[in-house]
Amino acid sequence: MYAWIWRRLPGAWPAKTAAAAGIVLAVAAVLWYALFPRLEAQIQFDHGVVQTPAPSGTPGG
Amino acid sequence: MRTVLRGVGELCITAGLIVMLFVTYELWGTGRYTQGQQDRLQDEMLNGWRAAKVTTEKVKLGEGLAMIRVPRFGKGYHFVVVEGVTRADLRKGPGHYPGTALPGQLGNFVVSGHRTTYSAPFNRLGELDRGDRILIDTRDRQYVYKVTDRKIVKPSATDVAAPVPFHPKRRPTERLITLTTCHPKYSAAERMIIFGELAETLPRVRPAAGK
Repeated sequence: MYAWIWRRLPGAWPAKTAAAAGIVLAVAAVLWYALFPRLEAQIQFDHGVVQTPAPSGTPGG
Repeated sequence: MRTVLRGVGELCITAGLIVMLFVTYELWGTGRYTQGQQDRLQDEMLNGWRAAKVTTEKVKLGEGLAMIRVPRFGKGYHFVVVEGVTRADLRKGPGHYPGTALPGQLGNFVVSGHRTTYSAPFNRLGELDRGDRILIDTRDRQYVYKVTDRKIVKPSATDVAAPVPFHPKRRPTERLITLTTCHPKYSAAERMIIFGELAETLPRVRPAAGK
């Protein structure tokens, strides 16, 4: 997979390295700012509120 | 065959890296968010306290209500208590259950907070002993509560937040504080509850640098 991407990046190795680093950063940014906040809300394991019924959905802590 | 195996291997390594990044986000990234919100809330609240007092002062949901300090957790330990206990509120800091008593009032001042993630304001609640002080700063006064008890309860035990804990029907005669957080750490299986009662009321010490 990575070898395949590497072969398809244009230019000599410095240009390829720069492009690869850019892609990695872009993917990391998407994960960090878009995916992780949503995922965190789904699997939130830290609930500190006492309430009935036991928290699973909206409120929690 | 070899290409397939290599592809699977690469996917596994990638998945591992993503999980590591997610753990970093949970433990550190969420705390950065809380820190930013706390700084903003603290500025807003302290500015409000400096301004002239309005007779019909009301705390809105999601806004700063008081400052909590616990000397046992160190001199620098302070968090703005937010009004409300929704998920969004608790991401900003410890939250006051709307409808429970305000600091210093007759009844039960109930605050919930994260034990892990989002700056983990109540991370060390388990270290509190009887007699430890919990300081609540408001506009004019500092309320000094002393810890009286610690209990582990089920998440549905809402009567810990009653004006008289465990006696929801009784009328309050004491000024109490109750802190709730999750237990054990990184789990939502139970709740750790810290009970305390008002020991003294002091004029608020106005800090020099606003911290």
